[in-house]
Amino acid sequence: MTTSLEQGINTLKAAIDAPTASYFSSCVHCGICAYACIFYTETGEAKYTPMNRLEPMKRLWEQEYTVLGRLKKLIGLSKAITQADMEAAVELNFESCTTCGRCSMICPVGNDIVYMIKKMRGALTAAGLAPPELKGAAVRAIEKGSVMGFPMETLAAQVRAAEKETGIKINIDEPNVDYMLLLSSAEVVQFDEIIGSLAKIFKQAGVTWTFSSKAHEAANPGMHMGAKDIEAQQIEQMVAAAEELKVKNVISPECGHAYMAIRWDGPNVIGRPYPFKVFHIIEVLDQLREQGKLKTNACCTEEPITFHDPCQAARRGGVNQPQRNLLNMMSSNFVEMKQHSACNWCCGGGGGVGSLEKTEELRKRIFHRKKRQIDELGVNTVVTMCATCRNTLEEGLENNSMDVNVIGLTEAVANHLLKENES
Amino acid sequence: MNEVELLNWARGPGLVGASFIMVFGIILRLFEIFSLGKAKEYAEVRSSGAMGGIKTIIQRSIPEPRYWRYIGAAYLFHVGLFVVIFFFMPHILMFESVLGFSWPALPNFIIDIFSVLTIGGMIYTLMSRFTNPSRRIMTVFSDYLVWAVTFLPVITGYMTFHRFVGDYTCMLAIHILSVELLMIVLPFSKLSHSFSFAISRWYTGSAFGKRGTL
Amino acid sequence: MTKKTHRLSDELQKHGISRRSFLKFCTAMASAMALPPMAANVMAETLEKVQRQSVIWLSFQECTGCTESLTRSHKPSIESLIFDFISLDYHHTLQAASGDAAELAREQAMHAHKGKYILIVDGSIPTKDDGVYSTIAGMTNLDMLKEVAKDAAAIVSIGTCAAYGGLPKAAPNPTGAQSVSEIIKDKPIINIPGCPPIPVVMTGVLAHVLTLGIPELDSHGRPVAFYGDSIHDRCYRRPFYDQGLFAKSFDDDGARKGWCLYEVGCKGPVTHNACATLKWNNGTSFPIQSGHGCIGCSEPDFWDAGGFYKALSTSNAEPGHWAGVALGAGAVVGAAAALANRHSHKQAESDKTEITLDDMKESDA
Ligand code: SF4
Ligand code: SF4
Ligand code: SF4
Repeated sequence: MTTSLEQGINTLKAAIDAPTASYFSSCVHCGICAYACIFYTETGEAKYTPMNRLEPMKRLWEQEYTVLGRLKKLIGLSKAITQADMEAAVELNFESCTTCGRCSMICPVGNDIVYMIKKMRGALTAAGLAPPELKGAAVRAIEKGSVMGFPMETLAAQVRAAEKETGIKINIDEPNVDYMLLLSSAEVVQFDEIIGSLAKIFKQAGVTWTFSSKAHEAANPGMHMGAKDIEAQQIEQMVAAAEELKVKNVISPECGHAYMAIRWDGPNVIGRPYPFKVFHIIEVLDQLREQGKLKTNACCTEEPITFHDPCQAARRGGVNQPQRNLLNMMSSNFVEMKQHSACNWCCGGGGGVGSLEKTEELRKRIFHRKKRQIDELGVNTVVTMCATCRNTLEEGLENNSMDVNVIGLTEAVANHLLKENES
Repeated sequence: MNEVELLNWARGPGLVGASFIMVFGIILRLFEIFSLGKAKEYAEVRSSGAMGGIKTIIQRSIPEPRYWRYIGAAYLFHVGLFVVIFFFMPHILMFESVLGFSWPALPNFIIDIFSVLTIGGMIYTLMSRFTNPSRRIMTVFSDYLVWAVTFLPVITGYMTFHRFVGDYTCMLAIHILSVELLMIVLPFSKLSHSFSFAISRWYTGSAFGKRGTL
Repeated sequence: MTKKTHRLSDELQKHGISRRSFLKFCTAMASAMALPPMAANVMAETLEKVQRQSVIWLSFQECTGCTESLTRSHKPSIESLIFDFISLDYHHTLQAASGDAAELAREQAMHAHKGKYILIVDGSIPTKDDGVYSTIAGMTNLDMLKEVAKDAAAIVSIGTCAAYGGLPKAAPNPTGAQSVSEIIKDKPIINIPGCPPIPVVMTGVLAHVLTLGIPELDSHGRPVAFYGDSIHDRCYRRPFYDQGLFAKSFDDDGARKGWCLYEVGCKGPVTHNACATLKWNNGTSFPIQSGHGCIGCSEPDFWDAGGFYKALSTSNAEPGHWAGVALGAGAVVGAAAALANRHSHKQAESDKTEITLDDMKESDA
């Protein structure tokens, strides 16, 4: 047993870096970050103020890394972090934060609060306090190859089904192709139409691609837990697979967190650059559109649609424009939510929160923000590009008995092209 | 010690001491911050981190209209402080005597308006520490001290300028002493945000810049 | 000098000054000191009636500027006649007698008017090395002051040197100069500071002392009537200050236009004196009117206030000179703190163990 309070504190201490120190030095305790956070705006509970979640970390920084704080500690003016402090932090950092990063957008002194929340999560994990759902998912992802725990054969079966349906051959373990594609478990078993859709689009565009039998899971529970060691294990599996197949590009599926883990966190947790490039599937589709490889003369739909930006892909990951280009290609009536792109409101399901049983009631409450955003526009279709967002939206809309369709963007693009082929 | 001696002390040894501690403290704090380092970025960046950093440093100085209600008063008093500190002629003379260069001053009536705005903004901000739930939960005792240490120079300056109470010499001495207190407290309290804000915004902005969010 | 009783009315007549112009003088004095109108009459009547007051004038470390200021009024005025009225029993510079005769006169006056004479002092008193730096007839100023003060009714310190130490006391104060009030603690002391003081202020205060007693004093022992306002409060250039119009040098456009002299070092805002209202040379002008900032000469320690041409809001020391040292000290201590931080960081880095899948499998019991 290596997790303990002491390990948690050591991990936290090691995680405090110059940005963190500058953030704590700068925080003026204004509480404005609360107004960016759905957990505060929808519940009005002050404890959900983003910076408030980091109290133990701030204390530790002061005690360990400032001269004044060291003196204070020496003469007994500041208290050491206790097990109780850490346990209280679990609720605030795991159960009521989707790591959406919206708070980091509005802090007047520019603090990247969620950057620290992720570190705090890592410390809690080292203290053995990570939620069991996430721990279980991490074990399944690394040992079985998918967070849901289904074996590789499940993907293979879905691929065969898609081949049958589309009549297009779909590669597994084909070396030297343009792209290696990853998927999230939800896309394999729940939103599996994506496989056939992509096969069609890529065929039409003349792009070669493959799955790997060694690594297909893109979702990375290790990242949710801030556990870099675990996160890295899964990244290494993916890197090994891509290297084996000698692909130049790896495609992250829609899921925002997956993209964050593979594109931005990955090289940093393994401590070396990738020998390949990583793209979000929507980036790839937009590139193909730009190159004129998404041939379509289908008329745009006139039905108003809107788009929900997944936090990790858009705000945190920087994919903001491609989805809009594709939407405008498909629709003449694409309307933006009042706050979108980097300032979009989180659906409430990210950061692992959606998978925690305990958070069900809370999630219902915080969904109201998204509900209002959609209500305001009066649209019947919401497009998004993340399986987790999609699940959360569907669940939330159903809870509120709203008659609104939720579609994945990749699927929408495929349907659009399909329409042309049929006409 | 009479008020003349007090003023002479405040303008002389007091100011030397306070500037010393402030400069010393800021440098120390910068060492503290930067010594912790930052992991190397291995991910292939999408766009310039530096641009993002600079953009964020500038952008966050402009309040989001959406949050004006919660943060307007605070921004207002920051602007007020900036104008009053850096554009009141006697202050400029002070800076000139230390820095060796100067810039144009604003007329006194404008300074006067900004002083009132600053005082109003600061009082409002203090009250919101009690009334605003998220601000209240973030509040620690030292926030009130820091508020007082910042408010003192403003109110004493205002009173000195308008000769509201008693002796000008005495008020001027108290005003300068209160500024010195502020200078001493600055590096070692959350007032360090007066310099670390740029570092925070830089780090955050460059991370966003690299990912192409900005 | 004789001890025959004189009345001022006789003196005035002797000098051909009418009662009407004397009353006018009293009214002017009363108004200068902001006394109620009735006070002028009281003053006139008392002045006419009182006996010549015995005065001993001691000059210590001084430049005689104060005496000069008093005696150099343009035309013989009623002000100067006040001095004819008092019985100046001892004054170094002015008396005819010298040497032992002079000292004898002093002792006689002290004896004859024991407890009633007024002691006027100009100049500061050296106290270092038992006061050897200034002696009169073999007696140190310090001893003489103590001796004469002992039986004085009141003391008037004329000029900033006597009132606050003045130039001799300026850093590094080699003679250990002190003001009268630093040495004498048990007598009423009126300070009439200025370097030198305005003549009419001196005579006005003396007239007040002779007729209405000791005037109201501020915390620095100055008569509020003359020292109650700051120069800045009464300065005719004040509107320019308020509008932010400043001369940047003594020969620029602003200076020619008569703008405020704050930037060229005027100490008017912290100086209390009557220059801006009574002015000098029979009301002709005062420094600011002739284009030079106030140097603050009626305030304690004005020599050490950091330079006549340095703006009031600047430092009288050199905080900039210390910046380098502060930077260095900050860097040294900072480097030490940085090393300590690095050490703890590394320590934590090596203390924490890797999180493995087994940790993920632990039960949450
Ligand atoms: S990351 Fe999102 S959910 Fe978490 S504290 Fe910030 S705004 Fe709230
Ligand atoms: S908005 Fe920024 S400065 Fe204000 S409390 Fe939150 S983290 Fe601190
Ligand atoms: S010249 Fe001197 S006394 Fe006159 S207004 Fe300017 S600062 Fe005040």
